Amino acid sequence: MRLLHATIAVAIALSLPVRAAETPYPSTYEVPASAPVLIRDATVLIGNGERIDEADVLLRDGRIVAVGQDLASADAARIVDGRGKFVTPGLIDVHSHLGVYAVPAMTAHNDGNEMTAPTTPGVWAEHSLNPNDPGFDAARAGGVTSMQILPGSANLIGGRGVTVKNVPATTYQAMKFPGAPHGLKMACGENPKRVYGSKGTAPMTNMGNVAGYRKAFIDAQDYMRQQDEYTKKLIAWESADKDERGDRPTAPKTDLALDTLAGALRGEILVHNHCYRADEMATMLDLADEFGFKITAFHHGVEAYKIADLLAEKGVCGALWADWWGFKMEALDGIQENIAFVDAAKNGCAIVHSDSGEGIQRLNQEAAKAMAYGNRAGLDITPEHAIRWLTANAAKALGIADQVGTLEAGKQADVVVWNGNPFSVYAKAEQVYIDGALRFDRNDRSTWHQADVMFGMQKEVTP
Amino acid sequence: MMRRAITLALGCVLSAHALAETVLIRGARVHTVDAAGTLDDTDVLVRDGKIAQIGKALAAPEARIVEAKGRPLTPGLFGGLTALGLEDVSAEVGTVDHAYTPGALAPPQPMGLRPEFDIGYAYNPASMVIPVQVAEGITFTMLAPSAAPGGSLIGGQGGLATLDGRSIDLLPTSKSLFVALGSGAAALTGNSRAAQYMLLDQAIRETRGALFEGERLLTVAGRETMAKYLAGGRVVFYVDRAIDIRRALAFAKKNGLKPVIAGGVEAWQVASELAAAKVPVLVDPLVNLPGNFDQFGATLENAARLQQAGVTVAFSMSGDASHMARKLRQTAGNAVANGLPWDAGLAAITANPATIFGATDRGRIAVGQRADLVLWSGDPLDVTSLAEQVWIGGDAQSMVSRQTLLRDRYRPQP
Repeated sequence: MRLLHATIAVAIALSLPVRAAETPYPSTYEVPASAPVLIRDATVLIGNGERIDEADVLLRDGRIVAVGQDLASADAARIVDGRGKFVTPGLIDVHSHLGVYAVPAMTAHNDGNEMTAPTTPGVWAEHSLNPNDPGFDAARAGGVTSMQILPGSANLIGGRGVTVKNVPATTYQAMKFPGAPHGLKMACGENPKRVYGSKGTAPMTNMGNVAGYRKAFIDAQDYMRQQDEYTKKLIAWESADKDERGDRPTAPKTDLALDTLAGALRGEILVHNHCYRADEMATMLDLADEFGFKITAFHHGVEAYKIADLLAEKGVCGALWADWWGFKMEALDGIQENIAFVDAAKNGCAIVHSDSGEGIQRLNQEAAKAMAYGNRAGLDITPEHAIRWLTANAAKALGIADQVGTLEAGKQADVVVWNGNPFSVYAKAEQVYIDGALRFDRNDRSTWHQADVMFGMQKEVTP
Repeated sequence: MMRRAITLALGCVLSAHALAETVLIRGARVHTVDAAGTLDDTDVLVRDGKIAQIGKALAAPEARIVEAKGRPLTPGLFGGLTALGLEDVSAEVGTVDHAYTPGALAPPQPMGLRPEFDIGYAYNPASMVIPVQVAEGITFTMLAPSAAPGGSLIGGQGGLATLDGRSIDLLPTSKSLFVALGSGAAALTGNSRAAQYMLLDQAIRETRGALFEGERLLTVAGRETMAKYLAGGRVVFYVDRAIDIRRALAFAKKNGLKPVIAGGVEAWQVASELAAAKVPVLVDPLVNLPGNFDQFGATLENAARLQQAGVTVAFSMSGDASHMARKLRQTAGNAVANGLPWDAGLAAITANPATIFGATDRGRIAVGQRADLVLWSGDPLDVTSLAEQVWIGGDAQSMVSRQTLLRDRYRPQP
């Protein structure tokens, strides 16, 4: 911790652009001590497409130690009988507004959209994130162990998203996923042009939207040039003869908004783009090419199936609903095969996301629907394949795939034990481990965390 | 008058259809949602749009045979309280007709209470949203007017629609008045829920002939409409908080109304009173978070506890109910996963809503009932099961919708 602060101090002293790994508001999340856990004889969906029947999973010191048959562990303090049960990686939701639109949905809880200007890249969702939202507890009971909290979609560029571990906490820093990159929320289409156009200000049209993104990134390029020039001058100054080099160059002022966009252009901040229509997604891919950044994932993308090959070719994930449609014109062409068709493209990256306090509680059911409709359309999707949509692929889109998303030795022990096949309406997460610690057990009321806001209001706690 | 003419014309069309086809569905797992329970390896004969026979080894030489091969057959499903046929694209005002909101116009138009507002006149049986739901097993729905900003706490009248794409009129015996109570409607009643009873009480006094100086709440047509409901008509109260449900029950009793509770997030807390008063409840089984201060008692066990107490329970979605009507069976599955018996879960989207809204001709598989049927690939309450064939009034429905057309256009090439 001290080292990290020292690094930031150096960076600030040199007035260099602040790098993602050194951002302020650092995580204070700590992996709790936990005794080793051995889950025995379960059906294990690894998250990488593999399935192992009658397998054991060993967790120790917050990590997955091994997955395989007939594992032995002399020190396992907790033995879980996995017969008839399924084990999956902890579920990951790449699109949540828990905490920034905390329930109860009071006006004071409208913290997700900074609707004061169409581009607000300087705002960070984490500074709106209220951990005292019972939605986190409900999501945990649904097997969700990590999620990205994003700003809303009123703005063309809405601000930074933050990835958290779904643990009960009093501060968001205590949830913040250590080392996870920030996301950048961008939005296409109807929302920004409705919010601003209705006030008679730009953008009012889709072409106004695109001009808005371009202007922002042109400003960011200019900002980066100034930063680079300053760095060059500083290097020249430091290597010059001390008697002749004159005054130390003055650093340009840090601009919060442009600093975020520069981070996106450098690839340190991952771009998450709310975008519904196929043609608009194609335009955004061209925008990304124009400025040399990468769109990590299109979110909602109800027409992603129309350009599944293009998305796969560009290496862009589609974070999608199973069946939402019709609530506005850009959602009119939604179909229930969207996720399966995006997945079916060669190297396709499909993700099941929620954008909903209800949906996040049953991402497994959303995936089950997508699987069923895909199979009726002639695909051959298995549970071990489809589980990737809410684990490994989601982890990839959040830049944390080396740490979570599959049940592979060495990864963080975010694990869900289901009471049966999770691709069913009747399945329930029975145990949820986060970094090896049992954070929810359906059979142990003491693990049913109740948010502070519910005290004295809720008559009875149910999982 | 015009409406009657339309009905007559339609009647001819319907009878032509009713003669269309005799169908024998053989070897199904028949969930009758009736006294007969679930019947395995059973045949159902459909003739003249109705269920003619249920049994083993039925024969009908003229019938088209459908081999169910043990798959489940259920009554056609209820879509919930929706705006199917009244709302195409939610965000586009010109495609939405389910709320009378003159106060939302610019400049705002004055309005009192307009119970006479009848959304049946807006129902479009050819709406593109309907085939999307029918292909998923939805055959009837309760069209429900909304109490929206710019309107009043009395949303108006709705009724049951049969989603065969032809029937225009709402089932006469299903007509219901919709009233919103609690915090959701407080903004329509001077920012206090107490004023809801003040306004309703005045409306009732006006209906019963009390004369007021100055401004009236009701028009002549409004008083006539209210009078019908005060004679024992069905009134759907949207209300969530336990104490507000109690007050709605008391208000209904005092004024001779036949109440139905919708929303009912905290209904489980007053389950015994609801059961004793024989008041049915429509809930969204997925609501387990407090959207507002009326909903702190939200629990996934709401449906199970109500059913356990003897309350008649049906389901309705709380968000985007029309486009997502097909999700209602998923909510039923979740209710079952949270303690509701499976049979009660199916009844909550078939027989119970039919009974609640005065339809005696549907919601069950029994001889003489309408042949509104769905053949499923598997357990109809599970998310991996899909509707394979849907019949409404004995007619096999097209399983094509704009969504299946889009699917087929963009289907990945192997």
